[in-house]
Amino acid sequence: MPKDLTLKKILLIGAGPIVIGQGCEFDYSGVQACKALKEEGYQVVLVNSNPATIMTDPEFADRTYIEPITPEVVEKIIIREQPDSLLPTLGGQTALNVSMELVRRGILKKHGVRLIGANAEAIERGEDRTVFKNLMLEIGLEVANSGAAHSMEEVITIAEKIGSYPLIIRPAFTLGGAGGGIARNREELELIAQHGLDLSPTSEVLIEESLLGWKEFEMEVIRDCADNCIVICSIENIDPMGIHTGDSMTVAPIQTLTDKEYQRMRNASFAVIRAVGVETGGSNIQFALHPQTGRMLVIEMNPRVSRSSALASKATGYPIAKIAAKLAVGYRLDELTNDITKTTTACFEPTIDYCVVKIPRFTFEKFPLADATLTTQMKSVGEVMALGRTFKQALQKALRSLETGRFGLGADGKDTEPRLSDGTWDFATIEKNLRVPCAERIFMIRYAFLAGLSVDDIHQLSFIDPWFLHNILEIVQEEEEYRAKPDQIPLLRAKKMGFSDHQIAYLSNRSEDEVRAQRKAEGIYPTYRLVDTCAAEFEASTPYFYSTYGEEDEVKSSSKKKIMILGGGPNRIGQGIEFDYCCVHACFALQEEGYETIMVNSNPETVSTDYDTSDQLFFEPLTLEDVLNIYEREQCHGVVVQFGGQTPLNLAAALQQRGVTIIGTQPKSIEMAENRKHFSRMLEKLGLKQTVGATAINESEAVKIASEIGYPVLVRPSFVLGGRAMEIIHTETDLRRYIQTASAISPDSPILIDRFLEDATEVDVDCLADGHQCVIGGIMEHIEEAGIHSGDSACVIPTFSLSPTVLTKIRNATSLMALELHVRGLMNVQFAVKEEEVYILEVNPRASRTTPFVSKAIGVPLAKLAAKIMTGRTLSSLGFTQEIIPQHFCIKEAVMPFIKFPGTDIILGPEMRSTGEVMGLDVDLGRAYAKAQMAAHPPLPLGGNLFVSVKDADKKAIVPLVREFIDLGFSVYATRGTARTLQESGIEVLQLNRLSEGHPNVLDMIQKNNVHLIINTPSGKLPWRDEVVIRSAAVAHRIVTITVLRTAIASAAAIRSMLAGDLEVRSIQEYHQSL
Amino acid sequence: MPSLIHPPALLALEDGRLFRGFSFGAMGTCQGEICFNTSMSGYQEVLTDPSYRGQMVAMTYPLVGNYGTNQDDCESGEIHLRGFIIEETSDISSNWRSELRLQEYLQRHHVVAISGVDTRSLTKHLRISGVMRACLTTELMSDQEAVALAKATPFLEESDLVKEVSTKEIYEWDPAGNEKAPWGEVNTSFSKKEQEPIIVAYDFGVKKNILRLLRSHGMRVMVVPALTSAQDVLAMNPDGIFFSNGPGDPAKLSSIHQNARLLADHKPVFGICLGLQILGHAFGASTFKLKFGHRGANQPVQDLRTGKVMITSQNHGYAIDEECLPLSLEVTHRHLNDRTVAGLAHREKPLLAVQFHPEASPGPHDSLYLFEEFRKMIASRAG
Repeated sequence: MPKDLTLKKILLIGAGPIVIGQGCEFDYSGVQACKALKEEGYQVVLVNSNPATIMTDPEFADRTYIEPITPEVVEKIIIREQPDSLLPTLGGQTALNVSMELVRRGILKKHGVRLIGANAEAIERGEDRTVFKNLMLEIGLEVANSGAAHSMEEVITIAEKIGSYPLIIRPAFTLGGAGGGIARNREELELIAQHGLDLSPTSEVLIEESLLGWKEFEMEVIRDCADNCIVICSIENIDPMGIHTGDSMTVAPIQTLTDKEYQRMRNASFAVIRAVGVETGGSNIQFALHPQTGRMLVIEMNPRVSRSSALASKATGYPIAKIAAKLAVGYRLDELTNDITKTTTACFEPTIDYCVVKIPRFTFEKFPLADATLTTQMKSVGEVMALGRTFKQALQKALRSLETGRFGLGADGKDTEPRLSDGTWDFATIEKNLRVPCAERIFMIRYAFLAGLSVDDIHQLSFIDPWFLHNILEIVQEEEEYRAKPDQIPLLRAKKMGFSDHQIAYLSNRSEDEVRAQRKAEGIYPTYRLVDTCAAEFEASTPYFYSTYGEEDEVKSSSKKKIMILGGGPNRIGQGIEFDYCCVHACFALQEEGYETIMVNSNPETVSTDYDTSDQLFFEPLTLEDVLNIYEREQCHGVVVQFGGQTPLNLAAALQQRGVTIIGTQPKSIEMAENRKHFSRMLEKLGLKQTVGATAINESEAVKIASEIGYPVLVRPSFVLGGRAMEIIHTETDLRRYIQTASAISPDSPILIDRFLEDATEVDVDCLADGHQCVIGGIMEHIEEAGIHSGDSACVIPTFSLSPTVLTKIRNATSLMALELHVRGLMNVQFAVKEEEVYILEVNPRASRTTPFVSKAIGVPLAKLAAKIMTGRTLSSLGFTQEIIPQHFCIKEAVMPFIKFPGTDIILGPEMRSTGEVMGLDVDLGRAYAKAQMAAHPPLPLGGNLFVSVKDADKKAIVPLVREFIDLGFSVYATRGTARTLQESGIEVLQLNRLSEGHPNVLDMIQKNNVHLIINTPSGKLPWRDEVVIRSAAVAHRIVTITVLRTAIASAAAIRSMLAGDLEVRSIQEYHQSL
Repeated sequence: MPSLIHPPALLALEDGRLFRGFSFGAMGTCQGEICFNTSMSGYQEVLTDPSYRGQMVAMTYPLVGNYGTNQDDCESGEIHLRGFIIEETSDISSNWRSELRLQEYLQRHHVVAISGVDTRSLTKHLRISGVMRACLTTELMSDQEAVALAKATPFLEESDLVKEVSTKEIYEWDPAGNEKAPWGEVNTSFSKKEQEPIIVAYDFGVKKNILRLLRSHGMRVMVVPALTSAQDVLAMNPDGIFFSNGPGDPAKLSSIHQNARLLADHKPVFGICLGLQILGHAFGASTFKLKFGHRGANQPVQDLRTGKVMITSQNHGYAIDEECLPLSLEVTHRHLNDRTVAGLAHREKPLLAVQFHPEASPGPHDSLYLFEEFRKMIASRAG
């Protein structure tokens, strides 16, 4: 069946902001879908609130709405655009949920829009746990014993019926399994189930028999309208059941099943997709398998493109999202061609001749109070993938791709062996860490082997399959052999076991350069292999490579000038999709300039690792060794390090020392901006102001500096991104605590101490410079005051309260610094403005997190222009010579992950903790802000009960604000202190008890969903215990909780704007036209 | 990773290309035609498939032996291939059904095997140069000697491999019908109470799973030697005849072609792989040798009668030449990768033949329905 010609205009819904459980993989799938549909001649209307995505670039869809993904807003877009169909399966759970809501409200029917890809009934069958379970039993497949509960009573009844602990709790319709967990006893059951009931939009939780120790598998399946079904990739989880698959280390293909068992799972997968009735497109189906009996259970299915399908696409080279989009418009699989071979059909099953390992990346260091145990609720924020001819190669490569400072499984000088004070192994710690899974469990397995535990011992504790453990043991044995006699073990053998030069150097007491020299002398170079979907059975034309140590290299080098772009590696807090966006733009721009682009990255979720993005893709770790190998192999003209965040910048100097040409801004400029002393000297020379500060290399020096410049001070380690370990310190005691606990301080890693400006306005500036000229991209005024990490603050283009004098100062300072630093490309500056004075907080001569936001606000692709400048183009030749100040307002708001880390206090500070961002656009500032809040969730309430409790310093300022809220129609509740202040000013307020004073208190109101807005400014770094309890409860109940006074003021204005009139939507293309 | 306990082994191709690695099976020297298989699972079924008689197989998936071996997954009583070539084997086997590690299994069956080979390089070499003869040895010999042995290997076409693998006696497969097709969900519309038709199955190197599936579709299966005459078969008064898979060059089996023609004129017939090629020859078609064959479990085939595509298991080095297909035959199935013939029917007679392996093992179960189709063909004939 060829494509459906009755379709003309297709509405595609994106996944919104990056949150835990929904990362940038949906930008990858969305971009593929947009391209595939446009290629077929359809008009594409796109809605996505996330400006850092490639898919929301104006050229990817015909009409792009950067608007909140809510049923109300999407209906407005439908009315405006009149699409004939809606594709709901490529934007993650967000798109699926909003599409289902549109169906339920009859909106699609009303406007004559039909769902393509999956129908509503199929989505319902796949997503509703009870319906799904019954369906599985009907088709003869087994599921875990379980029951769905809608109340605590039902929870207990089901638990008693199953009859044993532990029990698994899974709430229905939540992202990444939010609110789920494992209960080992009745108390835990009640606690977790209540949280789950609260979080589930349908107040439904599934209580399940524990599958502790079972093996977990996944199948990525595609079906077309003629009922042809194929498996794209099979995945085996290294971690057993009980750890969310997003948090599990996984391997493709399945390693430990015979063909008989594999085919049984394949048959079951097809039975599931057929029974659920997914008409066309991809689905992910998860299975559990009993390791001793082989009993196989179906766990769940996702009737849509998922995180795993992005991984499967990268692991096999089969573009699932692209094919899914084409199937949705009516094609059959056999009518489509395999992109990689260009000669064979897309209706086949990829077969691979390498091993793929995925490892998630965690950021528990940002949430010290959160439980770091891995459970059924996803907690990781990113992932890496590595390919090798063997599991051992892939595993070690994946571990060094993580960028957690490790260079493989161990033996890299970074081991923290669990030993007792007498130097013997701490078996208790080892056993505990094997039994209770944590982010570092893979390293713990190595320690366990070193301590003498056997494969069987470790299996008994961790339930990890002996095959994986044995492979890890072989790595450990090789390490020990090499350590014992480095001269006798052939270097090639160690390389084939996946050891990095760094590890080999450590084991043989040499430098990495010495190992590298030996390797070259012996002619040992990595060989690059094609990811070709067919295990070399057919010739492949797509240049997508991984390295191994084998007999031949498959790269076909051209004579064109090549530029290498270093990606950002795994997503983490502080370095995410924004940087991948910049890398992708660099690829496009350099191709436009006639260069051949070489992309190096290790993150499977990204658009940069789509083999369509660059001319050559190397799926490799971003380490000195791996990058140099490719650079030398391909004889690149230069390397771009500006776009991938801190990852490539950290490599820049070392690369340059080894003869690599860095194009654009030079590493010495980066060093100048990062080095406190040099930077201060530069500002002095330019006559620019900075907050007073200095660098300390030990505790006593730090204390001395702080007392000289006066508290409060802002302290941070140098060379970090995302404000890691950054704190505002008010006392000497706090400073000592910080140095002793939070930060390693040494002459090599000094800390920076600055005078902290209280109640200053923070301003971010992104600019472009070519060595002769500097043009401002955007001046962003923050809503929250300086001191809150810029990544966690909302900001606005254009500025709304800064005076012309201040703006002039900012522009001049930016330009002076860009030219002084010889910036060729992008630069970001952070300013603090207080009493008309402009202070420079920080300068980063590289692409910033706000680059995509600014580009979308002003309609100029800044990253692209920056890449072109790096090749020698000038701003004037590129036609960008003047700052563009939009007539409309663009708000960027941060999205926080607190709901995934119960117990963490939600107050904002200098350490960044947000995972993603949204953009709100409107001609009215208040409405733009309201849209941003709506997109970031939860939306601002337009009335109801407001609870206020503020610190003493804010009590005066709160009075007019509360008046404003009363005027907007809110009823006000407050605790005693705040209430008294308000009453003294003649405001009518209902006083609530503190938690310790008994009921009714604010917690009761929160639990009854009787509070709609909370303004609660924290009383200090170690806040009053009640505050944390209240704020956590509010997060769990999805109540808007404002912890910063300036946010409250902006919110009041936004609510007023919202009450003044209906929301309107407008596409980014229209906004850009009006510029 | 090989350590010192693994002695060296050498793979020499007739064109002089050498691959060094480590022995992980029996010690000795073997010769044969070398080919590659792209299945990611099912090495045990590959090892025991009689169609590989006279060949050495390189697995493109690098990690082999992970789940060990067991009795149930054998496709015949012995290992037929001459040599086994992989990148890396596992020192432990991890699966609840595993009985013996792959290493011991190979040693017990005296099969020479080499690990540590860059099988992707080897595969590309074979893809570009075509299948060729090779020598695999764990013995002390020079590179030149090994290449000379590779060159001295008899061509596949010169050996009477079918005779080597066929049963010597007539027997009935699983008369009581106790043996289940392992893991394969058999959907048959025929009830147990119905009269079970009698099938004569020619064993040219038949895989056990074919027999299991014929049996589990409610047919009694009499297995006969390859050279059993048509008269002797007709004397058994069967309701249908099955022509099995098997090794070697189909063109060289002229007496079997004649028997096939006689039988196909009288009875419903079903052929798989070599069985299809024999039936083709019987009606005047010819076969040619493919450059590097089709061996794997991911091969797409379209049923031209329904348009449906199934992923199939394949293992063949020859194909039907469509250019000179006799008018009496029609193409029912087609390989989507290279558009070669994957299935044939006779325009007048009840004949069903496929080039791929509906019995899978290893591979997908998508085409199991063909066994049901054969059973229906017999039933409609009887009715």
